[in-house]
Amino acid sequence: MKFYSFHLMPYGALDLDYVEKHISASLVLPNSYYDPQIGHQLYNRYLDELELADELGFDGVCVNEHHQSAYGLMPTPAVMAGALSRSVKRGKICILGRALPLLSNPLSVAEEYAMLDNITGGRFIAGFVRGIGVEYHATGVNPTYSLERFHEAHDLIIRAWTEEGPFPFEGKHYSYNYVNLWPRPFQQPHPDVWIPSGGSLETIRWASDPKRKYVYLNVYSNVDVACGLMDTYRNCAEAYGYTASSDQLGMALPIYVAETDAIARREAKPHIEAFFNKFLRMTNEMLLPPGYTSVSSLKTLLITSRETLMANHSLEAVDKLGMFLVGSPETVRQRLAEFEQRLGIGHLCAIMQFGSLPHAQTKRNLELFAEEVMPHFRAKVTAGSCP
Amino acid sequence: MVTEHRIDIRGCQVAYQRGGKGEPLLLLHGMDGRASWESVLSRLTEHHDVILPDHPGFGASGSGEWIDGMADLALFYLDVLDALQIESCHLSGHCLGGWLAAEIAVMQPQRFKSLSLCAAAGIRVDGCPMGDAFLWNPDDTIGQLIVDPQARETMRAKQSSERDIELMLKARQMSARLAWHPRFHNPHLRKWLHRLTMPTMIQWGENDRLFPVAYAHGYHAMIPNAQLHLYRDCGHFPMLDATDRYLEHLDAFTAKASA
Repeated sequence: MKFYSFHLMPYGALDLDYVEKHISASLVLPNSYYDPQIGHQLYNRYLDELELADELGFDGVCVNEHHQSAYGLMPTPAVMAGALSRSVKRGKICILGRALPLLSNPLSVAEEYAMLDNITGGRFIAGFVRGIGVEYHATGVNPTYSLERFHEAHDLIIRAWTEEGPFPFEGKHYSYNYVNLWPRPFQQPHPDVWIPSGGSLETIRWASDPKRKYVYLNVYSNVDVACGLMDTYRNCAEAYGYTASSDQLGMALPIYVAETDAIARREAKPHIEAFFNKFLRMTNEMLLPPGYTSVSSLKTLLITSRETLMANHSLEAVDKLGMFLVGSPETVRQRLAEFEQRLGIGHLCAIMQFGSLPHAQTKRNLELFAEEVMPHFRAKVTAGSCP
Repeated sequence: MVTEHRIDIRGCQVAYQRGGKGEPLLLLHGMDGRASWESVLSRLTEHHDVILPDHPGFGASGSGEWIDGMADLALFYLDVLDALQIESCHLSGHCLGGWLAAEIAVMQPQRFKSLSLCAAAGIRVDGCPMGDAFLWNPDDTIGQLIVDPQARETMRAKQSSERDIELMLKARQMSARLAWHPRFHNPHLRKWLHRLTMPTMIQWGENDRLFPVAYAHGYHAMIPNAQLHLYRDCGHFPMLDATDRYLEHLDAFTAKASA
């Protein structure tokens, strides 16, 4: 299994009492809650944490894109990837990912990713996402065209990376007389593509297509759901006539390791609960604007689980559901072995800092995980291994 | 007596209700679909031959997946009128349907004997933000948009069954497709409102929290010879909150326009 340190770069100093006045830490939370003096320290601290992960032997570091939110302070993740491209010496740099439909000029993603790929000499992983629902409120982009725009922007980027320019691109949402990318990507034909997603059948089928074989990265599903989605990917691959490798499947989730189970749980508790209940807090209308998901799946969600999006998650609950790995190195090794076996994944994007978790704890978390957990899972890439 | 019909317009099934005595009145529903018209429809048919379609993407009509904006939908309705062989009629729209009515009327003003716009989308009044209906949950929406407690209950009752929820989600999705951005308006429409030279009436609730009453004044200032009726203790649905006043004005207005 390969390990990546995934940073969301939250506004860790968030006044958690905001919930008494505001419904969410995204979109509607006044930016007077943000203090630039603290922000300056946090950005630099978080970059240090990713650089430390590289020194500790993680296979890569990951950043991502969010807008108008205390949950993630990277509206332009390439700024962070650019800063890391000179300091991360061994590992890969992953942007998980840019939200393609939100852009009026998606060619800029082809350009910035190609730059990063050139600077790092091919140590770059290209993530493409649709952006979360609330970002359609934040940007004004019409969510009912989200999927169309995602596919069109994706096709444009891949063509820009792989076809000789200049050529014209004639799309419904995007059109160009001249597509002629300077620089071309360093990796040929193009950087590895990862698709972080909650996981709809359509997305998984599309990602697993033999033309693409993109890495499907599950984000925030409980382990039972994630296991089903990994099976879906493998089944889609079988239907296409090939066997999916564990290298095509990954999972992102928060992890906390300390000397003993009791210490780990005690130290993590306020921060992981803040992460799920305060930083991620959103209404259905924010998370699922019309057209972002199909009417049928939205209906199922409204009828069966009206409350779940605003549910109060305890450490005990998210631990049990497999949405959070917490404990001593031994406990985390065991849980992870179980995950690897059940999910058949080859990539783990570990969120080692979550919510308000301070630097000292994040640092020790990274060190313990790198020294006591990662070595037990090295050099195993298996084909179609899920039981 | 109102009856249900279906007609195929360029591959899209359009479901509509039609009935009543008088001249044809094409009635265009708003972002909630036909639901808010159910209780007043029979009274409307006393003086009009009412045609009340589900817009593509709403209710029992087809999805109209190729309809990408209000201009497409307006031209689509000119096809609907052609197919129904309606050469001339009264045109009336509420909310999203008011915007649609204004777009259609700008395209073929000579075709319409009168135009009535009720709590209509379509323009933006700078400095006076609209409500953000896409951030309200279904219960908030009713509270924000309807003043009368009984009308609130009536509308709540229309959101209970699984079928109701599906219709509500469909309506929301097509509304977003047409009106997410620019939000509930066409920035170019105001350039052409001078073409609305037919008798025009604007009806609005003073307590409309989606399109505040400044929007009524905005339309009133831009459409030549328009008459304006504002209703007290009335939200975004004058036909629910101010039913009698709404109908009285509409009946008198179309009667005069026909004379």
